[in-house]
Amino acid sequence: MIALPAPKADVLGRRQEILAGLRALVPGDGVISEPLRLKPYETDGLSAYRQPPLAVVLPTSTAQVAAVLRFCHENGVRVVPRGAGTSLSGGALPLADAVVIGLMRMNRILDVSFEDRLAVVEAGVTNLGITKAVEGEGFFYAPDPSSQLACMIGGNVMMNSGGAHCLKYGVTANNLLGVKFVTITGEVIEIGGGYLDAAGYDWLGIITGSEGQLGIVTEVTVRILRAAEGQRAMLAAFGSTEVAGAAVDAIMASGVIPVALEFMDRPCIHACEAFAHAGYPLDAEAMLIIEVEGSAEEQDALLAKIRDICARFDPISMRVATSAEESVAIWKGRKGAFGAVGRISPDYLCMDGTIPTGELPHVLRRIGEMSEAYELGVANVFHAGDGNLHPLIMFDANDPESFRKAEAFGADILRLCVEVGGCLTGEHGVGVEKRDLMGVQFNRAELAQQRRVKSAFDPDWLLNPAKVFPLEDNPLVAAE
Amino acid sequence: MSAVLEVPDMAPGTEEGIATALRNAAAPLVIEGNGSKRGMLRPVQAGRTLSTRNLTGITLYRPQEMVISARAGTTLPEIEAALAEHRQMLVPEPPDLRAMMGVPEAPPPTIGGLVAANLSGPRRITGFALRDAVLGIRFVNGEGEVLRSGGRVHKNVTGLDLCKLLAGSHGTLGVITEVTLKLGPVPERMATLVVPVSDEAAGVAALTAGLTSPYGITGAAMLPAGIVAGRVEGPVALLRLEDVAASVAYRMERLRAAMPEARVLEGMEAQRLWRAIRDVTVLQPGANEAVWRLSVRPSQAPALAAALRAVFQARMLLDWGGGLIWVAGEASEEAHAALMGATRQAGGSFTLFRAPEPLRAALPVIPEEGPALAALSRRVKAALDPAGRLNPGRMRAGS
Repeated sequence: MIALPAPKADVLGRRQEILAGLRALVPGDGVISEPLRLKPYETDGLSAYRQPPLAVVLPTSTAQVAAVLRFCHENGVRVVPRGAGTSLSGGALPLADAVVIGLMRMNRILDVSFEDRLAVVEAGVTNLGITKAVEGEGFFYAPDPSSQLACMIGGNVMMNSGGAHCLKYGVTANNLLGVKFVTITGEVIEIGGGYLDAAGYDWLGIITGSEGQLGIVTEVTVRILRAAEGQRAMLAAFGSTEVAGAAVDAIMASGVIPVALEFMDRPCIHACEAFAHAGYPLDAEAMLIIEVEGSAEEQDALLAKIRDICARFDPISMRVATSAEESVAIWKGRKGAFGAVGRISPDYLCMDGTIPTGELPHVLRRIGEMSEAYELGVANVFHAGDGNLHPLIMFDANDPESFRKAEAFGADILRLCVEVGGCLTGEHGVGVEKRDLMGVQFNRAELAQQRRVKSAFDPDWLLNPAKVFPLEDNPLVAAE
Repeated sequence: MSAVLEVPDMAPGTEEGIATALRNAAAPLVIEGNGSKRGMLRPVQAGRTLSTRNLTGITLYRPQEMVISARAGTTLPEIEAALAEHRQMLVPEPPDLRAMMGVPEAPPPTIGGLVAANLSGPRRITGFALRDAVLGIRFVNGEGEVLRSGGRVHKNVTGLDLCKLLAGSHGTLGVITEVTLKLGPVPERMATLVVPVSDEAAGVAALTAGLTSPYGITGAAMLPAGIVAGRVEGPVALLRLEDVAASVAYRMERLRAAMPEARVLEGMEAQRLWRAIRDVTVLQPGANEAVWRLSVRPSQAPALAAALRAVFQARMLLDWGGGLIWVAGEASEEAHAALMGATRQAGGSFTLFRAPEPLRAALPVIPEEGPALAALSRRVKAALDPAGRLNPGRMRAGS
């Protein structure tokens, strides 16, 4: 298990006084302190870790967020920002002495301009909620994390979330125009706006993906895009992961950029098929889902081209959707992959390393060897076009030894990703989960530099202090 | 600039040489590559130059993975040539602004300098600025420490994204020594729709019609009346399509059906047109003129253009669907004040790209920050360059 900073005894001792102070700032039922009502906030998408917070505050305005942060700063109280709590890396895991600031009540869409191709929304609007607000006019918000029904745009900004369709449209960072940002001292700063590339330091760039280390975002201006005329998927199954990897390379090298290019290995295909009955080929070692977009004729032309490329790699089978419904069926298994694995194993850890795409066969072979050595199953599903892996390590949470092995297995996969030229996390964030592996990717001087930038925003390390940075070398977050 | 002639420039050939120079620096330094953008922003208050121009060479190029790494002093034409061999390109189209800056004979821009200035061309509207193409950097901070951020993979959220902080910081936070960039395939075919329009309002409306269509426009610029690029004369709106050949043909037909008065430009002439827009050569500023770059919501562009014309003789080029306005005209405090006021009114941002040195030294060349952000700026600067060695005063006076 990962160490958390020692709670501040004085903060725990002043709990009633702190609650009273918060209630004065956020009236009504916006401050939660009863143990039973704190329960839903004690964990996030990384449910192996649980810790009830000191309190939860649910502000309804930027002014309230600013007031709460100012109060916490003046009282030396730690703060954990939270959107929908879907983080897979424990980014929203509370601390015993921390106030969780939940942004779910800030869920208004403030402005939409199709002319300027943007939407201004509060941080608690869901990812899919943005697309829902603009799809009537044929527009959409591009990044699409698997949790898009629940996850909130404020959390997306903080984690720089990705998704299956990022291959063409980029991740969150590439789709932002501005944010309203509140500092730990309660100052409200407008960054950017409705235009591209403001002069001055790239505040938007450093805040995006900062995992709540620098401040809290309460409003976001996103780019919205006009959707293509349509999209359609195909499926190609291969006899080995190496061959499937070579087919991915050939597609990417052809100059056609698919909207999505997803890879599943044998265990994942079987788990998904049992769950979704999508008609996946059970005799395949690896399967690709490839999606293109455009008019019906354009889809035909692009899919024919990709089909020709795949045909060079001796596929076991190929299936090109002939309708939107067939596309949905092809995607159905992939979209339910995590849930499907959840049905064949009581628990799983979802890894998120990225590798240079050429290293794919080597890395999959090594993961297979580790799986045997640890005696734990693994199902691989990932965004093949950009090398972002999601190995799902299956374990039993009721068996502490099984969990310990699963964590060690996951760490070994991430070390392997770094070793072959990749990174620890492609889209889920470091959070608490990968915090102690940061030294694998960065040297001491590099971590010290990142910490100094964090300190420039948050000198007392009150913002999400147990995350991202190892606790060593930092007396402000000394471990218990 | 203010470099004193007796003190020679330092231009080490290694990253360690850059680090040593910074560790030994007793006084602030001018940080630059080939110096093609030396006339941009404010004159730096330093006596000696540390250049990355001798840190050259492509260190990694994996066409299959669509990734290239190059030392900071590698020039844009060298990188473009290497990529062309594999029919690949830098998606954000970083510009060569030498002619616009009045130094057409200077050595070409370096990739480090372009990233440090975060300069992108017409394809920026597809979602990718140069900073978005940066997968990783190596840099030396003000204390002479060699550091990395990012990496060479396409998706990476590990740790704070110092790549983005360094991109656009104009050498004030670190000396970039090597960059790793994401690439894209050169599209099979490119075609441009040339739409005659009456004025900026009609021009931006045509660009908006293109950008709100489902056809994936990759360039949306406007030449106002009096602006000429090759055989294309303003006022015209320009919409570019780039994709596989069949898609370009199909989408061009659809666009033309909606804009029957338009004609189609392809081949070398179209390539040259977009190059002229990318490099802003169409404004042809005189030796004593100023050039500004304004960034606004596209819907604000027509009113902003009118407001500027009412105050001074401004020549303009609109790009990014109207969201980017290049302005050339009289280099005076009055013109600058009018431009700052009009941009503020439109809720946008500005950069003074080019002006005689006394003017650049005397005026804010980018918008002022409010007190809270200014304090953050100072602390972030101190976190990377505590002794203030790197390009002091380049972006703002006293910073």
